[in-house]
Amino acid sequence: MSTMDITVTVNGEQRQASVEPRMLLVHFLRDELELTGTHVGCDTSQCGACTVHLDGHAVKSCTLFAVQADGREVLTIEGIGAVGELHPLQTGFWEEHGLQCGFCTPGMIMSSAELLRTNPNPSEDQIRHALEGNFCRCTGYHNIVRAVQHAAGAMAAGAQPQSSAADD
Amino acid sequence: MTELPDSNYKEPTSPQKFMGKAIKRVEDPRFLTGTGHYTDDINLHGQLHAAMLRSPYAHAKIGAIDASAALAVKGVRAVLTGQDLADAGVGSIPTGWLLPDLKVPPHPAIAHGEVNYVGDIVAVVIADTRAIAEDAVALIDVDLQPLPAVSLGSQALADGAVEVHPEAPGNVAFQWQIGDKDATDAHFAQADRVVTLKLRNHRLVPNAIEPRASLAQYQAAGDEYTLWTTSQNPHIHRLLLAAFVLGIPENKLRVISPDVGGGFGSKIFQYPEEVIVLFAAKRLKRPVKWSARRSEAFVTDMQGRDHESEAELALMNDGRMMGLRVKTIANLGAYLTTFAPAVPTYLYGTLLNGVYKFPAIHAEVTGVFTNTVPVDAYRGAGRPEATYLLERIVSKAAAELGLDASEIRRRNFIQPDEFPYQTPVALVYDSGNYEPALDKALGMVNYTQLRQEQAEGRRTGQKYIGIGFSTYLEACGLAPSALVGQLGAQAGQWESAVVRVMPTGKVEVLTGSHSHGQGHETTFAQIVAEELQIPMEDVSIIHGDTGKMPFGWGTYGSRSAAVGGSALKMALGKVKAKATKIAAHLLEAAPEDVEQVDGSFRVKGVPEGGKSFFDVALMAHLAHNFPEGMEPGLEEQYMYDPKNFVYPFGTHIAVVEVDADTGKVKLRQYVAVDDCGPIINPMIAEGQVHGGIAQGYGQAVLEETVYDEDGNLLSGTFMEYAMPRAEDMVQIQVGHTVTPSPHNPLGVKGIGEAGTISSTAAVANAVVDALEAFGIHHLDMPYTPEKVWRAIQDARKSQPQAADD
Repeated sequence: MSTMDITVTVNGEQRQASVEPRMLLVHFLRDELELTGTHVGCDTSQCGACTVHLDGHAVKSCTLFAVQADGREVLTIEGIGAVGELHPLQTGFWEEHGLQCGFCTPGMIMSSAELLRTNPNPSEDQIRHALEGNFCRCTGYHNIVRAVQHAAGAMAAGAQPQSSAADD
Repeated sequence: MTELPDSNYKEPTSPQKFMGKAIKRVEDPRFLTGTGHYTDDINLHGQLHAAMLRSPYAHAKIGAIDASAALAVKGVRAVLTGQDLADAGVGSIPTGWLLPDLKVPPHPAIAHGEVNYVGDIVAVVIADTRAIAEDAVALIDVDLQPLPAVSLGSQALADGAVEVHPEAPGNVAFQWQIGDKDATDAHFAQADRVVTLKLRNHRLVPNAIEPRASLAQYQAAGDEYTLWTTSQNPHIHRLLLAAFVLGIPENKLRVISPDVGGGFGSKIFQYPEEVIVLFAAKRLKRPVKWSARRSEAFVTDMQGRDHESEAELALMNDGRMMGLRVKTIANLGAYLTTFAPAVPTYLYGTLLNGVYKFPAIHAEVTGVFTNTVPVDAYRGAGRPEATYLLERIVSKAAAELGLDASEIRRRNFIQPDEFPYQTPVALVYDSGNYEPALDKALGMVNYTQLRQEQAEGRRTGQKYIGIGFSTYLEACGLAPSALVGQLGAQAGQWESAVVRVMPTGKVEVLTGSHSHGQGHETTFAQIVAEELQIPMEDVSIIHGDTGKMPFGWGTYGSRSAAVGGSALKMALGKVKAKATKIAAHLLEAAPEDVEQVDGSFRVKGVPEGGKSFFDVALMAHLAHNFPEGMEPGLEEQYMYDPKNFVYPFGTHIAVVEVDADTGKVKLRQYVAVDDCGPIINPMIAEGQVHGGIAQGYGQAVLEETVYDEDGNLLSGTFMEYAMPRAEDMVQIQVGHTVTPSPHNPLGVKGIGEAGTISSTAAVANAVVDALEAFGIHHLDMPYTPEKVWRAIQDARKSQPQAADD
């Protein structure tokens, strides 16, 4: 199958690749760029484990082709914060035990980041509604809601998310 | 040799620094930053990819397979069929639990001759990329001749039903019973009344969010295999693959289960795909990987539950229970998998006693083959099915007697001074105190006020609240090995721990348990830090690799803390004993005169001049100044085989509101009071409870695996199978009582499955309690809006005077 050349800014770094037009963005991130923090949990765009930010907005990277990200900016879990410099949401999920097996966690954090960007002080109902596109089979969502509240409180008190071009 | 393992649990006398504390999980940073390593994250140089051609029919005869078009595709390296495996002498996938007269039809990794469910593997393509392999699957030309199929257990038992396997006439895999039939009949004859209930415990898909995946590597030099796979118990996988299926020397096969994204039972079992990638890796001399699509997971991950039951409860008019009779048809699906025969028998029938004083019980279970995905252990495994049946019929009895649902339970509880308690269905309960948990839950839910609100809502027809109880009991830590061996297990049920103290005083623990979300890296480190009085940062917990662990049986059945944790505690006892002897030698004192205070060893009553844990660890390895005749090093191992099961219990209360106009059931409040003995880390224990409740709620209200009459799976993706989402759940109120188990050195019982075991019954009882307003006394799960709406409509038609006028 023929390929297309694309250039995508991923976590602030320009990456070039030659990909099949049918390659999904999630497979581009995982298989071509070896950014395996973005996970695949279903093939119907229901579970949200593959959520990343495209030009600052949360998207399910299994619903886009890699070629659609050509010339655009992608932020993944690896770019949102790292050990020693965690994003307030990563801290919140840790403090409030908002994860168990950790498989859905990157997607949960990326979806929650979109929520807090647009609504810095969400109610419990708003958090639950914002996470409708993300499955967690381990936690029952109880501590995930608390994790997002924890992060919202920390950010209101001045904790900064990692700066990134895609968040601007 | 060390003393017997079961030094009885004693309440700790000194303040604990690590045990019982809500310490943040040490494993989390890698998950939070996307740097965990799940199987599908691992790639090897030169790896090939496998894609499966799966049967679209529930039952069909396999004719000629023409793979020429697939093989002609650039990048396709091989197409494998059942014939290839048969020619190579690959064995049938075995079952690990043998009941008397059990029928065990062959279960080839790639179907041979016939396919028996939608999803059964017909052929496998191995190619350079996953996309090429999946493309080529569509080019294989198979002559599949459809045969009639059967999907429901009771239909498979009907006269003239299609036969799934010639080895199992009438589709019966086993007929099993427990309890005393004559005694039960006699007690029924003396009872004032009998309450009956016919119910279906429908089938579920486990749906761990990480799909299963396997990656195999073969090295011809040395004839060595490595398998990375999504496993809850890598040693079991190695054993089954080596001894039963592939005939690989066990010492040449290393099975690694790295980070695993949830299991809930579905990653216990020996699956065909693991056999196939190992076989293909050797044949093609390249690593081979397979990762499930979710749509594959729906038709291949072992499914759970699927009982059709008839129950009768004999009662006196004061609510006293006189006897229980149960007949259950357990749908086992197309093949017997690793633990399948145990789930509807020893994990179900033996739990039908619950927390009550039954003079007699008799249960009969018929295990049935159908043309559906195999059924095996799913979170709770047998115990949720028993709890659902028992707690539903007890609530129905309360409604018929006009007794409060909490009162009928209270009147029948086994009392705290009656332990150990022998039930009529084989089990001997270790310890329990059921009333405080009930009282605590009633207080937390504000019961009196809630019942008033319910009555007011019904009276005005404005609001239909339901309050549902589950005073559950579960059995965890299946054991001892001798007992389960007598019952048919082809496995031991002990667990291993190695504590390896390094020269610098850092500690590595190797455990046969496996963590796939349960947080063992934290809780086990807490046990080590407490016992050795060292910082948690000095401890690392290693699990999930047969190349490192001595042996172990893995994680399922809420056994990790009770069995794995006890093994660790016993190994730590041996380390401490040796360390004390070394310290005594260094201090020129008798070992009995040496104590450990704040991590240092010192002569009792002499605060100065002690030896630190580091001093002792270093000398253990240098051995320059060492006790005469003592073996150098400071590494100890313990294989712990418990004396008995442990029996956690509790009271859960669900409060729902049913919208009479739409049939929608909304969870309003949920209270869970659990007693799992002393808790190592309350934050982690509560997290397990939350998740378990969501899964049980999912069964009661949302989830259902639906097959049509031809065995087609109609709920085959997340589009049709309704999983609980954040908006379905509420904040869960959690409480605890603490009744230690006398059977293990930690006193712990187990918490991983409690939420699921209890919550389905609690939510079901709540929904039916709400529907009592319409004269509805039972309704099978799941309580979808349509089903509830129809039930209310039918009730209104037949009872125009019902409460909602």
